[in-house]
Amino acid sequence: MIASGTIKLALPLVALAGRPVLRDIDVAFAPGQLAALIGPNGAGKTTLLRALAGLLPGTPPRDPKRLAYVPQGARSAWGMTVGQVAALGRIPHGDQREAPVARALAACGIVGLREARIDRISGGQARRAMLARAFATEPEMFLLDEPTADLDPAAAHAIMALLRDTARAGAGVVVVVHALDLARLYADRLLLLVDGRITADGPPDTVLPRAAAAFGLPWGIDPAPRLLPPGAAAPA
Amino acid sequence: MIAGLAMLLAVLLALGLLTGAAGFGVPDATILWQLRLPRTALAALVGAGLGLSGAVLQGALRNPLADPGLLGIGGCASLGAVAAFYWGISAAFAPALPLAGLAGAALGSAALLAMAGRAPAGPSLILAGVALSALAAALLAMALALAPNPFALAEITFWLMGGLADRSLLHLALAAPPIALGCALLLRLGGRLDALALGEEVAASLGAPAGRTLLLAAVGVALVVGAGTAVAGGIGFVGLVVPHLLRPALGERPGAILAPSLLAGAALLLAADLLARSLPLLLPLSAEPPLGVLTALLGAPFLVRIARRMAA
Repeated sequence: MIASGTIKLALPLVALAGRPVLRDIDVAFAPGQLAALIGPNGAGKTTLLRALAGLLPGTPPRDPKRLAYVPQGARSAWGMTVGQVAALGRIPHGDQREAPVARALAACGIVGLREARIDRISGGQARRAMLARAFATEPEMFLLDEPTADLDPAAAHAIMALLRDTARAGAGVVVVVHALDLARLYADRLLLLVDGRITADGPPDTVLPRAAAAFGLPWGIDPAPRLLPPGAAAPA
Repeated sequence: MIAGLAMLLAVLLALGLLTGAAGFGVPDATILWQLRLPRTALAALVGAGLGLSGAVLQGALRNPLADPGLLGIGGCASLGAVAAFYWGISAAFAPALPLAGLAGAALGSAALLAMAGRAPAGPSLILAGVALSALAAALLAMALALAPNPFALAEITFWLMGGLADRSLLHLALAAPPIALGCALLLRLGGRLDALALGEEVAASLGAPAGRTLLLAAVGVALVVGAGTAVAGGIGFVGLVVPHLLRPALGERPGAILAPSLLAGAALLLAADLLARSLPLLLPLSAEPPLGVLTALLGAPFLVRIARRMAA
């Protein structure tokens, strides 16, 4: 028995423009977990996320009411307000209910920006507005491509904490992250992608030691980097 | 805002019925039914279609410079109508002109979608439209160069300038159904256009794939612009300008400006046509200025203002 909200994907081979991008993919993501996809640039993280979202040819289509996808660096072509952007998340439901939009804005901490134009706020605030759009759908599964890219450390930690809390509340979250410290601190499960294959999959403590070789760093990566949890004082 | 636009439209419709070559006032029944009513109703219909088409195309292509003329659909409708002039069919059989315009628009839309490929993405559709515009313009120039006699040349040239003088109830009957059908289709695209605002991937993940939105938009615009061009000739800038007039007041959400663009387009073309009709009464002109020339004269400086504001 698979829990409701679990998404599965089995793909022997995905090629884009004749070049193989993903190989031997067979994964499932459960609700209640924050899973992070890590790996070097070009490893296929974004392609895997798009495949999970059903956006690649040959991948199973997903129910837009149950799954929300936020691509990397999503921008609005028009100067809509933050509230209007968040309300786009109701399109799959075909309703214009206010309550889910208000809850989404509150969860993302941008209630005060509701009437602000998306192209006149900071990058971090715009990132939150795009997340609020996904929250307004109230899906069972979130697929987020680098939601913390270009953000300052405080904003990045705030968004990862929000995603962890979302997973604790019962939704499934799959997120692409480059910052290994964030992945280690917040994710329940890490998946390491190298050349289109998932080469490690498990709790952060077992996957992170294998990441050093994957990233091709001659000096290796501290498997347990020292981190300051939010609010902690710097060591003397 | 909608109520205000509707009131403005009602006032302009009344003015349209009361103004003409005979001066201002309630005309006799023949003038009212045979001249003023078709002309006024056509101005409102064609303008409504152009305004709505501009708003839909700008939303669908996520480009504030999109316009029905850009995609070559207007050019193809003109080409169809000019073919009817060229072979003298329109002289022998009056409805041939609008029918040929519609056929040209339909052929143009089919060619556009074929050129853009099976899944028409924004940039490839615009490129295909530009190519189609150039092709239609070249064939139009060829028709002018090879015109069978000077009268045909003059007739074609004058018709290309766009205008609504001397249109009959027959023109109205031919143009109204496709324009109404096209507008009904386009007005339903609001949610799909909103979804596209965040890009094609987000639109697809929201269950509104871009390819289908563009296809529906192209069909609706072909109906509206094909029929409009067939009865009114080449009228530019209305579709481009109307959404820009509305955004400062209504915000930029694409779906929010569809119905207002329909009303504002109708009001704008009615006002331009009223100006065209009243200029000979006010100035020593021997004839009305062509409507298409008037909208371009008013629209071009406005476009320059938009460009400067976007650069700022």
